[in-house]
Amino acid sequence: METLEILVKTQKIDISSFDPETYRKDFPILGEKVHGKPLVYFDNAATTQKPSSVIDTISDYYRHSNANVHRAIHELGDRATTAFEEARKKVAGFIGAKSERQIIFTRGTTEAINLVAAGWGRKFMEEGDEIILSEMEHHSNLIPWQILARETGARLRFIPFTDEGTIDFPVFEQLLSGKTKLIAITHMSNVFGTINPIKRIISMAHDRGVPVLLDAAQSVPHLPVDVEFLDCDFLAFSGHKMMGPTGIGVLYAKSRILENMNPYQGGGEMINSVWLENATWNEIPHKFEAGTPNIAGAVGLAAAIDYINKIGMVSMTLWEQELTTYALDKMSEIDGITIYGHAPERGGVISFNLLDIHPHDMSHLLDQSGIAVRAGHHCAQPIMRKLDIAATTRASFYFYNTKSEIDYFVEQLKQAKSFFGY
Amino acid sequence: MDELRELYQEVIMDHNRNPRNFGEMEHADHAVEGRNPLCGDHYTIYLKMNGDRIEKVSFNGAGCAISKSSASIMSTILKGKTKAEAEKLFDVFHKIVTGELDAAAHMEELGKLAVFAGVAEFPVRVKCATLPWHAMHSALAGSENTVSTEEEN
Repeated sequence: METLEILVKTQKIDISSFDPETYRKDFPILGEKVHGKPLVYFDNAATTQKPSSVIDTISDYYRHSNANVHRAIHELGDRATTAFEEARKKVAGFIGAKSERQIIFTRGTTEAINLVAAGWGRKFMEEGDEIILSEMEHHSNLIPWQILARETGARLRFIPFTDEGTIDFPVFEQLLSGKTKLIAITHMSNVFGTINPIKRIISMAHDRGVPVLLDAAQSVPHLPVDVEFLDCDFLAFSGHKMMGPTGIGVLYAKSRILENMNPYQGGGEMINSVWLENATWNEIPHKFEAGTPNIAGAVGLAAAIDYINKIGMVSMTLWEQELTTYALDKMSEIDGITIYGHAPERGGVISFNLLDIHPHDMSHLLDQSGIAVRAGHHCAQPIMRKLDIAATTRASFYFYNTKSEIDYFVEQLKQAKSFFGY
Repeated sequence: MDELRELYQEVIMDHNRNPRNFGEMEHADHAVEGRNPLCGDHYTIYLKMNGDRIEKVSFNGAGCAISKSSASIMSTILKGKTKAEAEKLFDVFHKIVTGELDAAAHMEELGKLAVFAGVAEFPVRVKCATLPWHAMHSALAGSENTVSTEEEN
């Protein structure tokens, strides 16, 4: 109990007055009809919808400011560079980073983690070193480390998850050793919804001088995250899961770590001086941003942050808590349902199976009712293997979802039972 | 919902819940696994041959109602067919589920397979219906490699 408890105790926000309808009108797509039914969008862990302010900001950027950044001595180049660097500052402020130099724009969480594996891992990992991950990682926080381990001879160790879908701390304690060089772990599980007790994990790691990378793809869009408070060494997240456009993401890291890392990709922008045979690197963060960046993406992400700040992240979090509790209560009443993950602190991600209705058949039926959910292994095949299931159906919420959407969803789950002959 | 009822016909539901010829086959002449890496559906198709004729078919694995019933119905239909007849059936089946052919015009050769005509309304489910057939096709060709619905390196 740390993240949410702190939130509820320190913030005096009355969530009973929160009305998602106030915000739904900002999202043109939420007015769509799907198969003749109003869209119920419950696939927010995969990607979120975009408010008009984000869509318009991107459009306005291309209409009025488009140029390449950090190069042109002309008005548009100045506008583009300013917008891009202002976006970096906004991201830094949003996650509580001390300096915008600690913010590297990437394509998304996946590229951010690959950047660390390449720029930090290849430089500092040696044969026999160990990287501790958890068994609940998304493939994006697993495969880069598998590749690094293969390249360097380092070894991956895994913290198991308990029946509740939480971190097994006694095993974690045993895994930590003098060989541990990095802990890379998800802040919030995209399958169980578990919010991991990151403060505790980080303090255990730091007691032994081990840095920690947080996969914050599911947390930064839904919870207040402060890198100084958490004291994480690396943090990775994606813009598109927090109302920003696709193709933009962020790596945050402590300055001294970034300064010691090797570049990730080579090319324009990341260099200082170049000769035919060698080159010197640009300052951070530019050292890690080879080539023309996703300028419109960064500008769009900044607009998404403005939108979040306008609503207030704490209000969003608390409303999602309210929705999740409501949904869990209603879903638990359905005979034959299995819900995966019962962590004491959890976000709005609910994975389930209903009797032996296959998730693909389930999601197809829900789709016909206008409900978008995800079916499959959720890029977490090791979790499915450990639970001995092929797949789950997953409903995931955002602050713009409503209780009446959940009522309708639960009704459709009951219909599914009769449709499939139960 | 009507289109969905059309897809999940009684026969399909029945084969999904009580799949025929389900289980591993000992001493099979061919065994090939078909996988859809996007959804995790996987079936192994076992064939026992008698010369050019398929003497016995069974299958093992797991997946959605469409893929499982497709494997089950395929297993009942292929028994006793020659390789050429089996390939011809796959060809017609493929064209029916992709909507290239009208099922009504091919009722005779399709037989029980006609229940899959509803798949044509749902392009995302074509891979479900054809997965076991791809594995069968590969098995007949004598392959022992897993077949995948996706291009893999």
